[in-house]
Amino acid sequence: MTPTNQARALVLSRIRAALGVTGKDRKREEAVNERLRHHQRGTIPARARADHETLLQLMTAMLGSQGAEVTRASTPEEAVRAIADDLGAHDLPLAFRMGSDPVLAALPWDTAPALQRRIGRAEPHDRAALSRAVTAAAETGTLVLVSGADNPTTLAFLPETHFILVRADDVVGSYEEAFDRLRAIYGEGNLPRSVNLIGGPSRTADIEQSIVRGAHGPKRLHVVILG
Amino acid sequence: MDGASPQDFKQSAARALADAKLQRALLNVKRGFIVKRANAKAKLPEFDELRDEARALKDHTLLHLDLYLEAYERKVIESGGQVHFAPSAADARDIVLKICKDAGASLVTKGKSMVSEEIGLNAHLEAAGIEAAETDLGEHIIQIRGEAPSHIIAPVIHLNKEEIAEDFVRAHRGLPQDRSLSAVPDLVAEARALLREKFVTAEVGITGANLLIAETGSSVIVTNEGNGDLTATLPKVHIVIASIEKLVPTLEDACTVLRLLARSGTGQEITTYTTFATGPARAGDPDGPRQYHVVLLDNGRSEMLGGDFRAMLRCIRCGACLNHCPVYGAIGGHAYGSLYPGPMGAVLTPALYGIDHARDLPNASSFCGRCEEVCPMAIPLPSMMRKWRERDFERGDPPLRERLALRLWAFAAKRPRLYHALSGTIAPLVARLAGDRGRFTSLPFAGAWTETRDLPAPQGKTFHELYRKTRGNEAP
Repeated sequence: MTPTNQARALVLSRIRAALGVTGKDRKREEAVNERLRHHQRGTIPARARADHETLLQLMTAMLGSQGAEVTRASTPEEAVRAIADDLGAHDLPLAFRMGSDPVLAALPWDTAPALQRRIGRAEPHDRAALSRAVTAAAETGTLVLVSGADNPTTLAFLPETHFILVRADDVVGSYEEAFDRLRAIYGEGNLPRSVNLIGGPSRTADIEQSIVRGAHGPKRLHVVILG
Repeated sequence: MDGASPQDFKQSAARALADAKLQRALLNVKRGFIVKRANAKAKLPEFDELRDEARALKDHTLLHLDLYLEAYERKVIESGGQVHFAPSAADARDIVLKICKDAGASLVTKGKSMVSEEIGLNAHLEAAGIEAAETDLGEHIIQIRGEAPSHIIAPVIHLNKEEIAEDFVRAHRGLPQDRSLSAVPDLVAEARALLREKFVTAEVGITGANLLIAETGSSVIVTNEGNGDLTATLPKVHIVIASIEKLVPTLEDACTVLRLLARSGTGQEITTYTTFATGPARAGDPDGPRQYHVVLLDNGRSEMLGGDFRAMLRCIRCGACLNHCPVYGAIGGHAYGSLYPGPMGAVLTPALYGIDHARDLPNASSFCGRCEEVCPMAIPLPSMMRKWRERDFERGDPPLRERLALRLWAFAAKRPRLYHALSGTIAPLVARLAGDRGRFTSLPFAGAWTETRDLPAPQGKTFHELYRKTRGNEAP
């Protein structure tokens, strides 16, 4: 096995030899630093540049076409009811797991007293979970979840039923706008451990191109857009 | 892995053409991917513009790859992760094995990774007594069959569900022999239950990367099943294995590539899951790995940077060129005898393993040009295949008969009078021999061609005769 330092030097020197450059060329360094600093946007699809209500409609339509259920809740009470009704309608226990997200914690849970909330990361036997998307890109109905105690990543992958709540105000048009929201939270050049872009329930088309939902992750994704 | 090699291409292709089950399975490529991609592209009017931008951003990255790798490495370390450079496949295998041993691993879960296949990782881990469980449904099926994937994004596109059901009955022990596995959802449910146990007990999770981002030190995987995320999140150690050309500068650059990737591959607008992983779990995180390692594989790529095949390093492994290739559609992926089949494989395989090992692959093309047309990175695949043919010829490897025939042709072609005299005499003669059908189903000295296709006979006058006639006295 090539020793660590030698391996690094070898790969970099091979690249430089192939390109006919040195690692100490000011112009090249500037080109790289500029690009990283300015992180300029490419073409943003026209569909991502619309008024907010049109974006919410696009978000809903895209999610629907990708196999998710969507509820537009105009009040927090409606959001809570959507979750309770969903569990009831699917004969599931009135219980779910969630993290310590303050927006979720502030929902009027007392309006559905039978609904049990367990706080923390998902455990293998959890049947349902709730996460909040910090933002969402309407262009492809893409919800953006970030790791941490507020919304542990396992919630999005272990239980068979996953609820994601997103505030209508947090829905933007493009991926780029969504990443700018993350930059505002975490700072330039930094991301949390995991950023999960999610557009529907887990699926596979590996066998004969036939689409089956619930491959390894959730079999159902129910998105609640609040506001 | 099955024992096929690119050197057996002709025999393997002939076998594939005669394999009824394979031919039935391959119909799914046409019914699925091609239609879905066309629909997805039609719904995004900016597709071609994005394609130009993606090509430019990849070219820029490749020309500054050393610097972007250094920038990327700094960010990974800053976020608490570790970067390991692997000049060769053997280096990469050893690095991964050492991390697994240090973690005391006896079971490793794996997300789908072509680089893992390229370096033969599973066999290496198993030889050291570590179980490597593939968790992508297609890869799981491949693993229990002891085969290589036949497609870079759809590993079991060569199989029908009945064959997979037989494999499950054989390989999944301890389940009732008479259980129903006739429908695809039955198969999916069984694999889900079985692999769940692996996810929650594995000590190490290994994934590939569709992209690496220098700006943030992130690795990106795109999946539909969610297995990659369970692999990356549940074990205490996450290892990413990625080849060096996966790098892009910024999150914005990643967005541009992501808009093309799924649309070109599966024909989805975006895959169900796109995950950006950056370092290990942070303070206060209730889940996520304690260690995050990235193994950066070179294995011949740095050499490609300098020569005629640099553009191949733009490839994002979407599989569109396979899906639209008439040769791939006729014989499937295994016949190529290389992990990377189809047009992208015909260019990449000789670059990674040497043209002497893969001289039939760049020849397995009708040069219809569909691959380049659908490539989201606008890689000039046909002209690169042509370049490999040239190199192969220059090396003097082609059989004597091929070389003699080409020399004869070159001798005549350099002597216009002789050429015109010969073509003017021979063409009508051959046309007469072909009779009314205008084509040959067999022809002496051209057996290799006419065995699998007809040879059209020359029609009417030669090109030069027609040119003279229409252009009068203009000099050709």
